[in-house]
Amino acid sequence: MSTIQEVQQEIVDEFAVFDDWMDRYNYLIELANELSVIDEKKKNNDYIIKGCQSRVWLNAEFEDGKVIYSAESDAIITRGIISLLIRVLSGREPGEIINAKLEFIDQIGLKENLSPTRANGLLAMIKQMRLYAIAYDAKSKKNEQGE
Amino acid sequence: MSMTGFNIEKIRADFPVLAQKVHNKPLVYFDNGATTQKPLAVIDVVNRYHSELNSSIHRGVHFLSDQATNAYENARREVQHYINAKESHEIIFTSGTTGSINMLAFSFGERYIRPGDEIIITEMEHHANIVPWQMLCERKGSKLKVIPFNDLGILQIEKLSELITEKTKLISVTHISNTLGTINPIREIINIAHRHNVPVMIDAAQSIQHARIDVQELDVDFLVFSGHKVYGPTGIGVVYGKEKYLEELPPYQGGGDMVDEVTFEKTSYNVLPFKFEAGTTNYIGAIGLSAALQYIEDIGIAKIAAYETEVLNYGTQQMEELGYIRIYGRSPQKASILCFGIEGVHMADAGMIFDKLGVAVRIGSHCAQPVWQHFGMTGALRASIALYNTKEEIDYLCKAIRQVKTMLG
Repeated sequence: MSTIQEVQQEIVDEFAVFDDWMDRYNYLIELANELSVIDEKKKNNDYIIKGCQSRVWLNAEFEDGKVIYSAESDAIITRGIISLLIRVLSGREPGEIINAKLEFIDQIGLKENLSPTRANGLLAMIKQMRLYAIAYDAKSKKNEQGE
Repeated sequence: MSMTGFNIEKIRADFPVLAQKVHNKPLVYFDNGATTQKPLAVIDVVNRYHSELNSSIHRGVHFLSDQATNAYENARREVQHYINAKESHEIIFTSGTTGSINMLAFSFGERYIRPGDEIIITEMEHHANIVPWQMLCERKGSKLKVIPFNDLGILQIEKLSELITEKTKLISVTHISNTLGTINPIREIINIAHRHNVPVMIDAAQSIQHARIDVQELDVDFLVFSGHKVYGPTGIGVVYGKEKYLEELPPYQGGGDMVDEVTFEKTSYNVLPFKFEAGTTNYIGAIGLSAALQYIEDIGIAKIAAYETEVLNYGTQQMEELGYIRIYGRSPQKASILCFGIEGVHMADAGMIFDKLGVAVRIGSHCAQPVWQHFGMTGALRASIALYNTKEEIDYLCKAIRQVKTMLG
């Protein structure tokens, strides 16, 4: 499996072919359809990440030492960006996720969408993804100690 | 020149911020309901006071302090004149509409509200005219009642008489809704309230820049607004209150300048308006606000209102012609606010694309979540119009909407 850094570079390369923002946004709209969609039953307030402008739901399962994310948003472009985040972070060990530096968002020209003032839930979503990783990390360490 | 006879090119040139490009596109600024841009007349006076005449007011015995104090008190008289208050000491400077309502909720609440008393607001209030009253109700064990609006966004004023009881102590209503654009019949509300001896507070945050306000003619008891929504600086606002009430209300904040004599046993308070202006006030903000009001007076609020209505009606008509726009707020009495949704498109997606096209709108609940609860939604897009907006900008907005629809619909 590629490293986080490699996947980020892949994404940066994919976006490099687009000359303007409209093509980038159109690509994000396309990617929105590839999102690992959260179980419909979990689209509730327990899983919601509230942004003022769009809503995001996030779940993480821990399987064979790896964190598997699924999510959903009611806004398409936000959903496209989430699908990229999941592509980079999902299926990895908690330690990798905790230490990941997410540089691709800036590099593909979407930095402004991560500004706290945008209130679209993305920044909170990244934080929540890390928190899941930290929680599963603590859980697995505890289990190791228990054995 | 517009048909209403004011020179839009000249007005636009007065606002330097409008000349810039955003993402390489000319800025089309339709977020005036959130804050308006500032004319040079305001920018220059704020700059001049910071560079030449800055000094703490009401305290100094020196030249600069006298100058700043005079300018501040002149600003108070300008506000008095602008809303036709009877006395200049009926004008209290605050930090903004939110600061104003919090002040009133505290001071009025301390003086007049007892357990079981009632305060009436409307379903279309900004959070700033809901939450301070809710906090007051929690403190005092009193009750908040709400005048509903219908699906057109018109206040169901016929329900007011049923809502008023002998326990009703205050009615607080927005003049113009920041989401629906509805111009509420405040004169009628004040008349009904006064028949029951209930005072009325008007939230003029969205009307001071669009409509003529005469507090004596309205016979309104309290009226509040912000400087930054009327082309003035941020961090300055106003409470107008009838003298008979302001004399009765206890101070909101304690500190310097609001006192007469301070001993550790007992402090006596200063007279109006200083009783409500603790600490170093935002005097340069007040002076800037005064410049903004003078700027409006030079053009004429009636002309501004007529022009803005022309642009609003044009915008409404152009959006309707697209065929996939739903407009929220269909009151025939409406000003400057155009909240809308694009069929099949999430507002957050539309907002992101608008931004790239240089169009500044607001999306979300616009700090009025109950309005959207009424419609079973979380919010909408909002284009809000100021005196410098044009029909060409409306055309550009509609072009942006078509592009959004192509990409996402």
